[in-house]
Amino acid sequence: MEDLSLHILDIAENAITAGATRITIRIVEDLDANLFLMEISDNGRGMDKEMYEHACDPFYTTRTTRKVGLGIPLLAQAARDCRGDIKIKTEKGKGSAITATFQYNHIDRKPLGDIEKTMIVLIASNPDIDFVLEHKKNSEWYVLDTSEIKKELGDVPINNMEVIKIIKDDIRAWLNQVNNMIK
Amino acid sequence: MARLTLDDLKKIKEKQKSTFTLREGGYRAKITVHMGTCGIAAGARDIMTALMDEISLGKVEDVITTTSGCAGLCAREPMVTVEIMNKPPVKYGDLTDAKIREIFKEHIMGGTPVDKYALVIGSETTY
Repeated sequence: MEDLSLHILDIAENAITAGATRITIRIVEDLDANLFLMEISDNGRGMDKEMYEHACDPFYTTRTTRKVGLGIPLLAQAARDCRGDIKIKTEKGKGSAITATFQYNHIDRKPLGDIEKTMIVLIASNPDIDFVLEHKKNSEWYVLDTSEIKKELGDVPINNMEVIKIIKDDIRAWLNQVNNMIK
Repeated sequence: MARLTLDDLKKIKEKQKSTFTLREGGYRAKITVHMGTCGIAAGARDIMTALMDEISLGKVEDVITTTSGCAGLCAREPMVTVEIMNKPPVKYGDLTDAKIREIFKEHIMGGTPVDKYALVIGSETTY
């Protein structure tokens, strides 16, 4: 994976497979604490004990098309390469939350990348699922909640291309603003 | 700063009222982008972004895109499956931005599968 937004897309796909109807992606960039944190949480079916214990094992997978499952192990490796780690919280029938932490200024920490592309791919491909993006950088906040947008849209589907473009531009505008801020 | 406003959404809503009935007949084609870990690592997100771009540029109303997991052919990712109503599904592999745009024009809009990029024609369906 080239950047962290691709890891987020990958983990969010797991949440979709788990039958989630609401998926929250939280990103915290705290430069004072030298911390980069990302968390993907869902209200899917959660993991049982066996699955939880094997979640970081690349030779464990629930799928039947192949014998390896690399999504979580790759994320764990990316985090551990940067003096970070991953944490999994899960409850059968309630959902899962995967949190990855990184030392912010570690030379090996991948950039966040195009998080707006990750979000629009998720939103456009899964119109029935609500997605929340919470991004905090130092003291600045950004929140996007597609369930609120859907309420305003009424009959217009969320994956209408004009709506998708507005969402993409909105995230991009936030990123441009916060990343160009002079400390 | 540009921010998502209610006015933006209302404008779209008004505009959609006139065209909304057109799409009630469902869709003519479905494109599934394989988004397993393998697909994502190989560039599936850019393939989906290119498809959404083509749909948006061509104002195409009757084609939908979706995602699925790994199809078991990780070495040939990024892959997509194109299903056109009443036609056998076609799986394409080793895709790039340029190739998927060509497939969109030739196969999805034109109706002719692009043999040189196809892995499998028929027999398999998406799951």
